[in-house]
Amino acid sequence: MKLFYQLKLDAILLPIIALLICLGGWAAISGHSKTTSYVDDWGDQATKTERFGIAKNLPSPSETWIASKPYIVEPFAKRGELDQGILSFAWLSLKLVAQGYAIALLIGTPIGFFLGLSKNFSRAFDPIIQILRPVSPLAWLPLGMVLFSGMRIMDSSGRSVFGTSDAAALFTIAICAMWPTVLNTAVGVRAVPQDYLNVAKVLKLSRTKTLFKILIPSALPYMFTGFRLSLGIAWLVIVAVEMLIGKPGVGGFLWQQYNANSYAHIILSILTIGLIGFILDRVMSLIEGRFRTA
Amino acid sequence: MSNILQLSGVSKSFGRAHERNAVLRDVNLAVEEGDFVSIIGYSGTGKSTLINLIAGLLKPDKGTATMDGAIIAGPGPERGIVFQNYSLLPWLTVTENVRLAVDQLFPAMSEAERKDYTASYVDMVKLTPASGKYPKELSGGMRQRVSVARTLASNPRILLLDEPLSALDALTRATLQDEIAEIWQKNRTTVIWITNDPDEAILVADRVVPLLPGREGATLGAELTVSMARPRDRREILKTPEFKDLKIQLVNTLLGAKKESASTFTKKLAIPDILPEDLAIKRNYSIFDRPEPRRRSQLSREEIKVEAS
Repeated sequence: MKLFYQLKLDAILLPIIALLICLGGWAAISGHSKTTSYVDDWGDQATKTERFGIAKNLPSPSETWIASKPYIVEPFAKRGELDQGILSFAWLSLKLVAQGYAIALLIGTPIGFFLGLSKNFSRAFDPIIQILRPVSPLAWLPLGMVLFSGMRIMDSSGRSVFGTSDAAALFTIAICAMWPTVLNTAVGVRAVPQDYLNVAKVLKLSRTKTLFKILIPSALPYMFTGFRLSLGIAWLVIVAVEMLIGKPGVGGFLWQQYNANSYAHIILSILTIGLIGFILDRVMSLIEGRFRTA
Repeated sequence: MSNILQLSGVSKSFGRAHERNAVLRDVNLAVEEGDFVSIIGYSGTGKSTLINLIAGLLKPDKGTATMDGAIIAGPGPERGIVFQNYSLLPWLTVTENVRLAVDQLFPAMSEAERKDYTASYVDMVKLTPASGKYPKELSGGMRQRVSVARTLASNPRILLLDEPLSALDALTRATLQDEIAEIWQKNRTTVIWITNDPDEAILVADRVVPLLPGREGATLGAELTVSMARPRDRREILKTPEFKDLKIQLVNTLLGAKKESASTFTKKLAIPDILPEDLAIKRNYSIFDRPEPRRRSQLSREEIKVEAS
């Protein structure tokens, strides 16, 4: 037992045990196929496959693995627009997230600074922000479609490379992911100690210098918390958006496989989304840790 | 006029209208070029307010604060201030913190000159070995040294120290007192040192001015002149009768003022205007017609005459 703790086995073993319990629960409630042969009305030998179980259409862990294998072992395969390896889909989703997220940061950070710096600006816009903030991505998407209805950028061969649905997707990601950045930046700017501002005043730093040498470095830890939360939301939104507009990506794949009655791939998609979301969050908190001062 | 700094009839209060809290009242102070003045007072009597007024971070309600005859309109590097809590920027190293001031105030210098200049001030406070460290890696005494270096590097005409050593332990404080006094002896900048420690005030300064608390704000009392020769050896000085006399005088002045201000302190207390519920009355539990609480001020006495027959 002592050795158990010495080697920190509990940190590895306990999660494995929990994982096994969950897999066991999944296996217990999932359905299984049974093929029986019988003699039909014409006297021929025939087989029929039926599914049994508590949730009989839920694929079992082993079925999920077998069905998902081609997508995992060849993660970058491209067999068709909506039939690609799982990482290939993830890459498409991540690219879209990156664009929407970049827009969210570019718009959100300055708004946050204005909110933090000006009491009047904050009083004026706070109610609007509080009302817009809880709006679901599903509600923003149609508005984005309306806003960018004429949008169409074509490449030389006349193929549309950036259309209404792409613009609407970016709009939705940006507007949903913006709020944590806005609010955390505002809090960070408000939390800049008066002492630092006094230093700036005594040295007669210009406004721009005060911004770059005092305000931004001081608010940076708060800003990064906002950035991290924003990224989490952007990743949540992308799945919903892809499902609605049918873009190739993890979310699009999930919805298409649901329509194709290929339920094992839904589970594969969910696990992929979860795993990538987790990795993104870890990476962001590592970066966040590097900027934490004092 | 040789006075570099002149405060005349300065008053300052905070808060609004009837809740106005008077902090300083009729403060007069004249400081000559090269003076080493220490202002001593209790915590909370307005010492920091006074130094902020001199620094220009605050403006007086009444009276004037002038430097070289011109009214102090705002903060500036000619009045360098060492803050009580160091105010170092935690994302910059020791050198970078000092360099921030140098870059801002000496744009004419070349890159190399600025680097040497910064290094010389870091060296002056004996922090060259720690020059690449961040404030969080330094002890309290070292942090305050960085703050002193940053302020001195801006080459101020008046050095304002706002309880610079009050967060440090006694031994570190003694070392730093000596060091700052030594630096002052070298370049003879005008210094205004705010403190709450009588020993510190007498040991470092030539003029000690007590800030006396009062009902309508604190004001400066009669100043003491410290004529002990420099450099002062604290072990010798602590033994001299001159030091003891000065300390007793100072402590008496401060204690006397405290007593006076305390005896006249009045406060209006509000007694809650509510009476216990009368349980004998049958309660009405309707939402729209709830019984009001009984107020003491609403109670009235009625006399009804009843005929005996």
